[in-house]
Amino acid sequence: MKGRPEGLPAEVEARPVVLEIRDMTHFFGNLRAVHNFNLTLKHGELAGLIGPNGAGKTTVFNLITGVYVPTEGEIFFRGVNITGLPSFEIIQMGIARTFQNIRLFSNLSVLDNVRIAYHPHAGYSLWDTIVRNRHFQAKEAELTERAQEFLAIFGLEERQNDIAGSLPYGLQRRLEIARALATRPQLLILDEPAAGMNPQEIDQLMELIHFIRERFDLTILLVEHRMRLVMNICEWLTVMDFGEIIAQGLPQEVRDNPRVVEAYLGRQAVEIK
Amino acid sequence: MLSKFKGETLYFILFSLVLFVVVQFFIGAGIVNNFWQGIIFWGAAITMVTLGLNLIYGFNGQFSLGQYGFYAIGAYASADITYRWVHGDASGLAVVVFGSILALLLYALVAAGLRRFYNVSTMTKFTAYTLATILAFWVVAGPLQSTLTSFVMGTVGGLSAGMAKEIVFFFALLGGAMLAGIASFLFGIPVLELGSDYFGIATLGFTIIIKVLLDNTDTILGFPEMKGARGMIGIPKWTTWPWVFVSFIFVVVVMRNLLHSSTGRAILSVREDERAATLVGIDVASVKILAFVVGSFFAGLAGGIRAHDLAFLHPQSFNFIQSFNPLIIVVLGGLGSMTGTILTGFLWIILLEGALRLYLPAGFETWRFVVYPLILLLMMLLRPEGLFGQYELPFLRRPLPAPRKKQAAKEVAQ
Repeated sequence: MKGRPEGLPAEVEARPVVLEIRDMTHFFGNLRAVHNFNLTLKHGELAGLIGPNGAGKTTVFNLITGVYVPTEGEIFFRGVNITGLPSFEIIQMGIARTFQNIRLFSNLSVLDNVRIAYHPHAGYSLWDTIVRNRHFQAKEAELTERAQEFLAIFGLEERQNDIAGSLPYGLQRRLEIARALATRPQLLILDEPAAGMNPQEIDQLMELIHFIRERFDLTILLVEHRMRLVMNICEWLTVMDFGEIIAQGLPQEVRDNPRVVEAYLGRQAVEIK
Repeated sequence: MLSKFKGETLYFILFSLVLFVVVQFFIGAGIVNNFWQGIIFWGAAITMVTLGLNLIYGFNGQFSLGQYGFYAIGAYASADITYRWVHGDASGLAVVVFGSILALLLYALVAAGLRRFYNVSTMTKFTAYTLATILAFWVVAGPLQSTLTSFVMGTVGGLSAGMAKEIVFFFALLGGAMLAGIASFLFGIPVLELGSDYFGIATLGFTIIIKVLLDNTDTILGFPEMKGARGMIGIPKWTTWPWVFVSFIFVVVVMRNLLHSSTGRAILSVREDERAATLVGIDVASVKILAFVVGSFFAGLAGGIRAHDLAFLHPQSFNFIQSFNPLIIVVLGGLGSMTGTILTGFLWIILLEGALRLYLPAGFETWRFVVYPLILLLMMLLRPEGLFGQYELPFLRRPLPAPRKKQAAKEVAQ
């Protein structure tokens, strides 16, 4: 199958396809940011996307989530063509993402950050809102309760009324992931979740990623620079350079691939090796 | 029955009732003279306009200079309705109210129709809604006008004069506000797509266009009774304290209920980070339009109140220099603070239009536009978050949900 490495277990190959990107190309003006990109993710996988700075990884994420519309190619999410749909619809269909630099609603409370993600499922109309009827009260209480349960899962319940911007960095990242999961995704896209974290925080992050994957039955795609994280948790990797895929394979294979070494360290490094 | 309200809501109801009775008594007993009554009504109108702006700018983050344009639309539309009514013509009421209602129905149809298409561009949407509006008002003002007018005459005209007056005034206020809302909706579809600064410039343009149109109401628009740049006279003086009070409380309660809900949180999230809001599944374009339309509706309502208190409208009072007034008030009171806007709005009118006008020498008026910017400048330097910052009265404060009980938390964790 296109967009996947060979040699993954047959049990994994038998699962349904969650995300399929076919021959995606994207231009910024005359600059070809992504070229002929193919990727297929199956249910429950945890795959990584790596590459040197400027390789086009974040652009791929922005293309998947509808921030940009690809110049060529198509994106399918669970069999539905989502190419060109507005971002908020793509999110409501079940793709969630976090950002390279954390983007919380930093002047709002921790609880409100999560409740905002529940907005499409609030279940009351504008009329209910303005007249504050019983239906509104019940749904609002239910929504708050669910958001609080959610925070409890992430150990943020004690801080529900704190201002999000005042949390320490590690907790902000945790909250951002919680907020993304509150949109009820099936596919979670993490853009450099470990950026700016110390080794201890990275360990906690890895635990968290494993935990949410089990708990919410997620498929996860992540971009990361930290090799320790990538090699430890990703089942397989896609390596990009200058907008093109230069390798797709298991972490061990990718590490030994001369093209990957060249992309990261230069041609001389390959010759030395 | 009262027990279903929370403490702060009870206090709010009690306080407003006391306020209503006290002011009504003062006006009735003649302690508050006509001048000060006008100042109070004016203060309420300006505060309503400014609350609308605070919703658009302070809570939703869209820097707008168009608020006075919608204020003008509301004022002129409602004034025209009642002017015609007192001259024995119900067509103003019939066209504005039924036209707006028909337009809203057509919008629902257009929205349902557009949803079937994939990737509709903004200009297509704008064109569709504009055509629907034109169709609605054309139908009501053209073929159906005589039927609707005689229907209104038949129903309202049969009542006693006092009763009919109040009903017509209600629909005049509603019609003016709806028209302002419709104008903001159509204007907002293409323009809210712009980033914040560009949006500000576009809304400034809107205010200028409205002012120029008002200058030419009698010639270009064909409303001879509005008398263009000479100013509209002969508007019935129907605004009374109960009307001011009810409209004001309506604006405060609707805005508060809207903000303290999921929609309100969505409005705030757009201010905080538009991109992040989109990427947690919020339809940013609709949220912006909603805040803009509701804010303009408030301005239109305030316009009706003001027009029927002053009994005189002049395009010059809606020029773009004036449109900075609500902006200054909202910044002084604190962006995103309803309490700040309410107190500052009243203080602004009571001090600058009331007290200072009475007690300072006549030359002060000339200096006003030196004083305003100075106040603003000092404010920016000394207290950039506004007089009240994020402070809210208990009734207007965002509720802080209590933490769940420990037991439940444990169950979930397992």
